[in-house]
Amino acid sequence: MKLSRITLTIATAAALMTTAACGNSGGDPLSTKSSSSGGSAAGGVTVGSADFPESALLAEIYAGALEAKGVKVTKKLNIGAREVYIPALQDGSIDLIPEYTGVLAQYFDKNAKATDADGVYTELKAAVPATLTVLDKSAAEDKDALVMKKSKADELGVKSIADLQGKSKDLVVGGPPEWKTRLTGIPGFKKIYGLEFKQFRPLDAGGPLTLQALKSGQIDAGDLFTTDPSIAANDLVALEDPKNMYAAQNVVPLITKSKSNPTIEGALNAVSAKLDTATLAALVKEVVADKKDADVVAKEFLSKNNLG
Amino acid sequence: MIPGIIDWLTDPANWSGPDGVPAHLFEHIWYCALALLVAAAVAIPVGLAIGHTGRGRFLAVNLAGAARAIPSLGLLFVLVLWLFPKLTGDSAFLVPTLIVLVVLAIPPIMAGAYAGVEGVDPAARDAALGMGMTGGQVLRKVEVPCALPLIFSGLRSATLQVVGTATIAAVVGTGGLGRFLIDGQKVQDFPQMASGALLVALLALGLDLLLALVQRGVVSPGLTGRTVRRGNTPVDVEIDPAGRTVDAPAR
Repeated sequence: MKLSRITLTIATAAALMTTAACGNSGGDPLSTKSSSSGGSAAGGVTVGSADFPESALLAEIYAGALEAKGVKVTKKLNIGAREVYIPALQDGSIDLIPEYTGVLAQYFDKNAKATDADGVYTELKAAVPATLTVLDKSAAEDKDALVMKKSKADELGVKSIADLQGKSKDLVVGGPPEWKTRLTGIPGFKKIYGLEFKQFRPLDAGGPLTLQALKSGQIDAGDLFTTDPSIAANDLVALEDPKNMYAAQNVVPLITKSKSNPTIEGALNAVSAKLDTATLAALVKEVVADKKDADVVAKEFLSKNNLG
Repeated sequence: MIPGIIDWLTDPANWSGPDGVPAHLFEHIWYCALALLVAAAVAIPVGLAIGHTGRGRFLAVNLAGAARAIPSLGLLFVLVLWLFPKLTGDSAFLVPTLIVLVVLAIPPIMAGAYAGVEGVDPAARDAALGMGMTGGQVLRKVEVPCALPLIFSGLRSATLQVVGTATIAAVVGTGGLGRFLIDGQKVQDFPQMASGALLVALLALGLDLLLALVQRGVVSPGLTGRTVRRGNTPVDVEIDPAGRTVDAPAR
């Protein structure tokens, strides 16, 4: 009896390992899909990603661009939060990951102050530990934005948050509950733009509640993320943020210095040059709304831009 | 943690304005009272009718049982996403919350009502019928008074559940004491969260105590065992000249 149970365990384990070795195209963190038999040990690059669709998609794009230049690539996608994957970069489990300038600068330097794209990027370069480096930043940004119905924005004649001066007292604004107290919310609108709203509705951070409340008019302006495909899909418009109330969050490759070389840098910088917020939003839509595989979407983007 | 809660609860800034304790406490009581009134208006008549006639019991018991399994938070999100385009202003936030709380409150209230009527001593019912009372009179004068302890137990249980669950209204942008839980959690302000939870618990206990006092006032002393032991002891009844039945004076 005991023997047979052990046999069964071994058989199960063997079966599982076989399955794992096959690998699948989904975002399974346990599957280490390798495009070459060598893996990272043999001079290749291991690409990681955070555990949300946009990050995994960017990692697929990086991986595809590198493979096109003949670099051996291993993928370890959907690892988790920054607190998990930065240590993984530092211990060599992964070598490359897509990141966002603002939050990454804040991660390495709690006192980071800059909010404009170039200032944040300069601060980030100074803050990154010696073993790591960031390559060129892309124009694509994923950050909070104050979003309105396009019809409402046109009616009020506003294009940026600053244009709301003198009009905000009649507007209901919705956002995550933390907007009540944080400088990225109601206190920030008052301090940075001198705006006071009629009412604040605590909803969610760029989620379905805010979107539905915006669409059906319970709120006049709300918090969505700039790469959210539902902005374009629902005739909404993200107001410009000329005073950089929301720190720049440009997409940027974070890579281990010792793994980097001119071929890799050239390939990744070429990708960053082709990415902007609208492009990224459209790609994210294909993955999230149209349920396409991230690697397929990445390949299409690369071949369209002659990168892969 | 405890000093943090004391600091939060004694900070005057937390006791004024639209985000203060009184405002959110009032909203919380308002949502709960409204939901309980609607639920009672539906569940008590239905429960009494089922208990009195004995009909529809199977359907009602199972429907109420199934309704208890509805996840309130899930129902709330579905209702909010569905009702936002149909309602305007504050009602868009209030109505979904109220529906969720009413659905939550109906099963215990209804169960209390029909179990109470069903459990009335058949001898008392027979006696009432034998005295020539109509069905309606039996219900009003015998069954309901005898069922009051269980009706109250249903109401009190529903009140506790509604007071606790009304906190989820805060998730979809409504007020109430849940604001302290949700807002505190989002900015890692744990004293605020704990204080909010404490206030909800105190409110629930306070309302339960209030209902217990009301129950003590309206339920016939003959049913509670506070005056005479309930059991097979026959109660002497004498007919007074006006033809009303009254309990014999205590000997």
